[in-house]
Amino acid sequence: MSFEEVRNTIKEIYEKVNSESLDERDNLINILHAIQEYYGNYIPLEAAEVLKELTGKPLSKIYEVLTFYTMFSTNKRGKYVIRVCKSLPCHVTGGAAVLESLKDALEIDYGQTTQDGLFTLEESSCLGLCGVSPVMLINDEAYGNLTPEKVKEIIEEIKEKERSGVK
Amino acid sequence: MRKPITILVSIDSNSLLLGARHLKNYLINRLEHYNLTGLVDVLETGSLGRYDQGVLFLLLPDNRLYGIKDTNDIELFVVEQLLKGRPVKDLIIEEIQPPKTVEAKKVTEEERIVLKRAGKIDPKNIEEYIALDGYRGLARALEMKPADVVEEIKASGLRGRGGAGFPTGLKWEFTMKVDAPEKFVICNADEGEPGTFKDRLIMEGDPHSVIEGMLIAGYAVGASKGYVYIRGEYFESVDNLRNAIAQAYEYGLLGKNILGSGFDFDLTVRLGAGAYVCGEETALIESIEGKSGRPRLKPPYPPVKGLFQKPTVVNNVETFASVPTIVMKGANWFKGIGTPSSPGTKVFSLCGNIVRRGIVEAPMGTTVADLIFKYGGGIENGKKLKMVQTGGAAGTFIRADEINVPLDFDSFKNHGASLGSGVILAIDDSHCAVDVALNLMEFFAHESCGKCTPCREGTRLIVNILKEFSKGRGTREMLDNLYNIAYTMQNSAFCGLGQSVPVPLTSMLDRFRDEFEAHVGVDACPVGVCKFDKKKKKVRK
Repeated sequence: MSFEEVRNTIKEIYEKVNSESLDERDNLINILHAIQEYYGNYIPLEAAEVLKELTGKPLSKIYEVLTFYTMFSTNKRGKYVIRVCKSLPCHVTGGAAVLESLKDALEIDYGQTTQDGLFTLEESSCLGLCGVSPVMLINDEAYGNLTPEKVKEIIEEIKEKERSGVK
Repeated sequence: MRKPITILVSIDSNSLLLGARHLKNYLINRLEHYNLTGLVDVLETGSLGRYDQGVLFLLLPDNRLYGIKDTNDIELFVVEQLLKGRPVKDLIIEEIQPPKTVEAKKVTEEERIVLKRAGKIDPKNIEEYIALDGYRGLARALEMKPADVVEEIKASGLRGRGGAGFPTGLKWEFTMKVDAPEKFVICNADEGEPGTFKDRLIMEGDPHSVIEGMLIAGYAVGASKGYVYIRGEYFESVDNLRNAIAQAYEYGLLGKNILGSGFDFDLTVRLGAGAYVCGEETALIESIEGKSGRPRLKPPYPPVKGLFQKPTVVNNVETFASVPTIVMKGANWFKGIGTPSSPGTKVFSLCGNIVRRGIVEAPMGTTVADLIFKYGGGIENGKKLKMVQTGGAAGTFIRADEINVPLDFDSFKNHGASLGSGVILAIDDSHCAVDVALNLMEFFAHESCGKCTPCREGTRLIVNILKEFSKGRGTREMLDNLYNIAYTMQNSAFCGLGQSVPVPLTSMLDRFRDEFEAHVGVDACPVGVCKFDKKKKKVRK
């Protein structure tokens, strides 16, 4: 993708989000959410350059914001981003074993993406679903009452779905 | 027109994971099959409060609460209850006897102010909110002078429900008294405290109560714009609140000249992006301004200089949701509930090794024991309670023999347990104190924003020391060192996050010191949780 393409895309997103805003100064985080959604799980670094032009903010400030928040990534992530909760309420209800089983099932460590580009595994803090802990989010879908067996099933199901090409 | 029978299906982020939507669809399918659709309405509603018996169906007008686990239960429910009119005892929750350790009282005797509509109305329909006294608090407020509204809230003694417990009326008064062309109201819905999910369920079950509270605040302090800053991960809350805001605009409850009073107020949702520190009000403000969420130096405080340097009221979701009822029923009524220094009710999140995980709203001053055993049904799997963390990640740990502490905002002062954001995290005796402390401190080390050295380095040092213990390499001197680091952080960290890390740490060290010491100079963790490094065998040459 050329820089020109990125510029046009970002500009379009920027204008759309701004039009829904109360104050044009309050929008960077929402714009970054929209950009990340558009590119699917990550924000290309070029986007920061374009945002510098559009917002007049220094590049360093935009990079800072991009890297400060855990929901944003400047590295390309997998098609399925798995955020697994490692906070105490999940930890004491069997979360530690669930964390291990995820690493086993995917054969990667936290912060890594599988070779086939399908999964990225990330640790997360509390997801506010402690009523059914341990919990993980796969993209925007939550899974609760997890056990190591259930985790393996879920991962296998997604893999199977991808293999058979069902959308 | 409403049909003679209504079934309310409790749908919230937690029950969705139990298959709520699937079960609801199956129910509708069965109703069609038996030709009952003309008689029975199926409606979605917010949280009914608990998750241990499956998805909750409330049958009206019988007022019978069913716990539905799978499609077989639905078949039984439809055939027996609906077709033959015979209640299915096995599925009715209110008649199920709780485990023996529990006092045989019903969960329903809790007192609901904030959650009075959650589980009774369709949160996606503003008319159902209005039908149950919705926006009447606002209407009453608009008939009063702004200063009188502030006075009413002050008189009610309402204290902020986000954790710190600052008097809400006082906060509003500061902002009201500042003369500025533009002021803001912010709802802090960046609930990142591990174990807290009450705000999420308030927003999902009754989003208009938050909007109404914010409108009243806006009118009282003279603000014309508001933001709801919600965690980016809370997809359902964001959807429900956005939908509610759109409906409020449609009904003229947001926008220009609200209810013909000349009061204008605009409201929008802003998403967080995954940073615990953004729950700190000045960090949250920085985030809305499009910066990384690092706290500001206080003073000036937000009521005087907040968002875009304008006077700003920042309150928690639950605080705003309490406001409409207080304005409607008056300060005296509110003061009649709870304790003298902390009036009203509190929404508690019950989590951890507890039978009935979920939320419960109870008067201030309820004891930890009641929350766990009366409302929560005790400890799961027949294990024994070892410790409870109250108040959230920055809250205190107490021992099982201390749970008769009544929780209100002064309980920390009087009994050494914090109310905080209302988390009750029960931990059973299969867990190790060192492991629990390590897990919690890793959270703080990860969430420290890095702005100040005591927090950035202190949390890392604490984690390193606790790791030594969990590997069997700890020493008693290290324990003293933990106290030193805690003292330093408490007194020199820049914001509330860093200053409060010592609370859980030292409460754990004070109460479970023997367990830390039991990790020194032994071959294995006494509880068998920590994995010690194997000692190298001396190799003979």
